[in-house]
Amino acid sequence: MSALLTIDAVSKRFRGLVAVDRLSFEVPAGGIYAVIGPNGAGKTTLFNMIAGAFAPDGGAISFAGERIDGLPPDLICRRGIGRTFQIVRPFPALSVEDNVIVGALLHRHHVLDARAHAQDVLRRLDLYDKRAQRASSLTLPDRKRLEVARALATDPKLLLLDEVMAGLRPTETDRIVAILKELNRDTGLTILLIEHVMRAVMALAARILVLHHGAAIAQGTPEAVVRDPAVIHSYLGAEDVSA
Amino acid sequence: MIARLIEGVPRRALVMLGVLLLALIVAPLIASDYLLTVLILILYFAYIGQAWNIMMGFAGQLSLGHALYVGLGAYAAAAFYVHFGVGPWLGLMVAVPVAALAGAFIGFLAFRFRVAGVYFAILTIAVAEFARVGFDHWSWTSGSSGLFLPVAQYSHNDLWLLRGQPVMFYYVILVATVLAFIFCRALLQSRVGYFWLAIREDEEAARSSGIDTFHYKMVAVVISAAMTSFAGVFYAFFYNNLFPEQVFHISRSIEIILGPIVGGIGTLFGPVLGAFVLTGLGETITAVLAAAGIDLPGAKQVFYGICLLLVIMTLPDGIWPWLCKRIGLAERDK
Repeated sequence: MSALLTIDAVSKRFRGLVAVDRLSFEVPAGGIYAVIGPNGAGKTTLFNMIAGAFAPDGGAISFAGERIDGLPPDLICRRGIGRTFQIVRPFPALSVEDNVIVGALLHRHHVLDARAHAQDVLRRLDLYDKRAQRASSLTLPDRKRLEVARALATDPKLLLLDEVMAGLRPTETDRIVAILKELNRDTGLTILLIEHVMRAVMALAARILVLHHGAAIAQGTPEAVVRDPAVIHSYLGAEDVSA
Repeated sequence: MIARLIEGVPRRALVMLGVLLLALIVAPLIASDYLLTVLILILYFAYIGQAWNIMMGFAGQLSLGHALYVGLGAYAAAAFYVHFGVGPWLGLMVAVPVAALAGAFIGFLAFRFRVAGVYFAILTIAVAEFARVGFDHWSWTSGSSGLFLPVAQYSHNDLWLLRGQPVMFYYVILVATVLAFIFCRALLQSRVGYFWLAIREDEEAARSSGIDTFHYKMVAVVISAAMTSFAGVFYAFFYNNLFPEQVFHISRSIEIILGPIVGGIGTLFGPVLGAFVLTGLGETITAVLAAAGIDLPGAKQVFYGICLLLVIMTLPDGIWPWLCKRIGLAERDK
């Protein structure tokens, strides 16, 4: 499989603190790829650079063969990268449906077309029955799915999910996992997720990258990564296997 | 087209709107000259409130300097009339672009250099103040001594030159207010309307959803400024005199925004309702005080202040969303 997203020696510093340090990896088209790591490892910084919230200090980010680092967020979304935020931010005063219509209007010029598409997405995300509610009245799991719906409605080739399972109950997690798997299988959507919930990561990801202090300490299949001593030591925190 | 406009609007709301419109159409038959002037003022504020609401209520950009667009529109049309005999409708061809350019200038400065929130509001005040001082010293528009339109006793109404009796002005501003209402409804239902609401709600999330926020905020300012300038043209030809100290003054900008705030920011009917409540009751107070022989200058302003205070404390979303629920219209703001 060819790479849809290529991260090449990307770095980001915040006043001397190195958040991401010459990081390189590739996300294959059609795959589900997870980035894990302890808090402060630079995961969200990495996402923000891919999504255009800020530019890297060094290195290159390529999407579908073209450089995208330094582009503003709207242009990156336009090229086919949809994102969610770690702290959810749906448009609170708008209805669930209108939230998703906003996303759907990116590549549709008529509101009626956008509404039809938004309703399809809402059905897929199990939110169709709540489409008339104000986004601010939703529960956290629903708001998280609404963010995914809004991002999906922009017809992305790559979906960036920033901890969409955090704070959810296991049943809720399984529900989102099932939805994401289905999306990936049915539409070929490539997914890059940051996640702490290992249950979800193991169920979803074909490949995992482990970040620590802004650098990759391991990458590979889930089975290989969870057995990696460096990963266990720095992140998973089980008893030290080398001892 | 019409079907799209009224889609999702409860039948009762349509009936109420129809009744209100009918009442406004026949009002001049019954109303005294004084009442007619009050109604003109109400519709005038309803119209500008609607224009201001596009920026604040839809796109979330707080302008505290809308007097600038009123003033520019008023001066452009009045000066062309006084100097070249160009009528107000042709004057609009100057007034609208001038105001739109001013809006684009402010928008560009603010949105390009990330001047947002209160700082944006201060910028809008500053530019309006610049204009006030500038026009005070601009001899072509007679500076601070004021620009006067020739006035005569009109036996007939000349709609083309907007010279005539109050009833003509009444219908002109009524038509403008109705058109503005319909236009805003259409905007809200359009692609740009959705993008504005998204920007208002969360600009960063809007941007991440692919919205070119700079572009759409510019569109909001330019449309709002252009619409507002028509009110300025109307003002000039209705009052026949313009003083920079009056038209560009910040108190004018504040007057404009009170209606939508009291009525309900971001709603379609809020600016209309707010104009009726504030101007209507304000004038009533003045009239009552006058009839009682009490001379209290500034009583109207105090009343405005009290109204605003009450609304902000009890109904922070404005009267209209609350009223909507009370009279059984759908919970959705219309």
